[in-house]
Amino acid sequence: MTGALIAEGLTKRYGRRTALADCTLAVPAGHVVGLVGPNGAGKSTLLQLACGLLDPTAGRIEVLGAKPVSGSPTIGFVAQDTPVYGGMTVADHLRLGAHLNPSWDHAFAERRIAQTGLDPAQKAGRLSGGQRAQLALTVAAAKRPGLLLLDEPVAALDPLARRGFLQGLMEFTAENGTSVIMSSHLVADLERVCDYLIVLVGSKVRVAGEVDDLLSSHHRLAGPRRDPVDPGSGVHVVEESHTDRQSTLVVRSTAPIDDPSWQVDRLGLEDIVLAYMSGSGAGRDRVLEGRR
Amino acid sequence: MIEFHLDSRSGVAPYMQLIQQVRHALRLGVLNEGDRLPTVKEVVGRIAINPNTVSKAYRELEYEGLVQARPGLGTFVTRTLAGGVQERHEPLKRDLDRWLAAAREAGLDDESIEALFLSAFRSFSEARA
Repeated sequence: MTGALIAEGLTKRYGRRTALADCTLAVPAGHVVGLVGPNGAGKSTLLQLACGLLDPTAGRIEVLGAKPVSGSPTIGFVAQDTPVYGGMTVADHLRLGAHLNPSWDHAFAERRIAQTGLDPAQKAGRLSGGQRAQLALTVAAAKRPGLLLLDEPVAALDPLARRGFLQGLMEFTAENGTSVIMSSHLVADLERVCDYLIVLVGSKVRVAGEVDDLLSSHHRLAGPRRDPVDPGSGVHVVEESHTDRQSTLVVRSTAPIDDPSWQVDRLGLEDIVLAYMSGSGAGRDRVLEGRR
Repeated sequence: MIEFHLDSRSGVAPYMQLIQQVRHALRLGVLNEGDRLPTVKEVVGRIAINPNTVSKAYRELEYEGLVQARPGLGTFVTRTLAGGVQERHEPLKRDLDRWLAAAREAGLDDESIEALFLSAFRSFSEARA
């Protein structure tokens, strides 16, 4: 199976500002992949490089086994805030899509517009946020792409519109088996719709894997203070915090934790993501230096 | 037909939640032999969940011998878990009641009882795994 996206040492600079620095990752095909990370991690830059809107300053990127080019029929892209042409009607958007994309599936596009209750004669500028997102998804999906990239598609939507958008997206993937990469801060949404998750911090992958594996291999351990922390072999400490009496760890381990002095709890995906986002970078190094 | 739901705060993997809901429905007799489970597309369109998650849950249920996928038709319940549940549960529940009374007499409060049960249950299942 070729990867959906492969990046090696991928770098994008705007003058002296670096938006993405030496990013290396491999995203398997056939998944709905969630891309999370703090603002400025490089998520949007990575997605724009992946759809060919940007060219890398250095490094290599391959999407579905080829170098991405803008307007490629195999890559669908829904940009941040789901932009549409305000002066054009819904039907105009479909006509434009058909004109620009040889692989355009008009029956699918019309069916989805009817399903989502959009009026084809309506000007896109007068649509609600949720309707606009549905239109942008329809245009991207009707290309029948092999990979669909979505940059924060639901960030600005109310909970009901968000659910409606994700239902449509999941129905589309169920029908077509399209690979999807979606960036979002809403981890609760990602936990539902993604089966693969990547945490990106400062252009680096902190953790990547199938959601089920991540959930079953991460634990929170709480117990009496210990120094140094040695939770056993094969146990990787993601995040640690200590009071004078207690140590609390977030660990990754495929084997069960035997030590009975730890209280072991399950972690939700949000807690796992937060542990990687806060346990990475300067915070932990400082702790280690302080002890030396 | 049953309807699934997801509890995003439970820490239980979504596919496992679906499996548990099917087993639960089988035990309660909400689902019976011959009943059809919703299709993957119906489930994802309803609760906005990853289609692979639903397929994985259905595969697991099939592996357990509880359902069978018939290509083009859907996934059907092949076995029920409801039979004889009452009879088997009753004596176990009586033992548990006795144990709970003994724990209360020994001065344990609700939280200690729950913690004790959970830790015993956990080491029991890990010893068997």
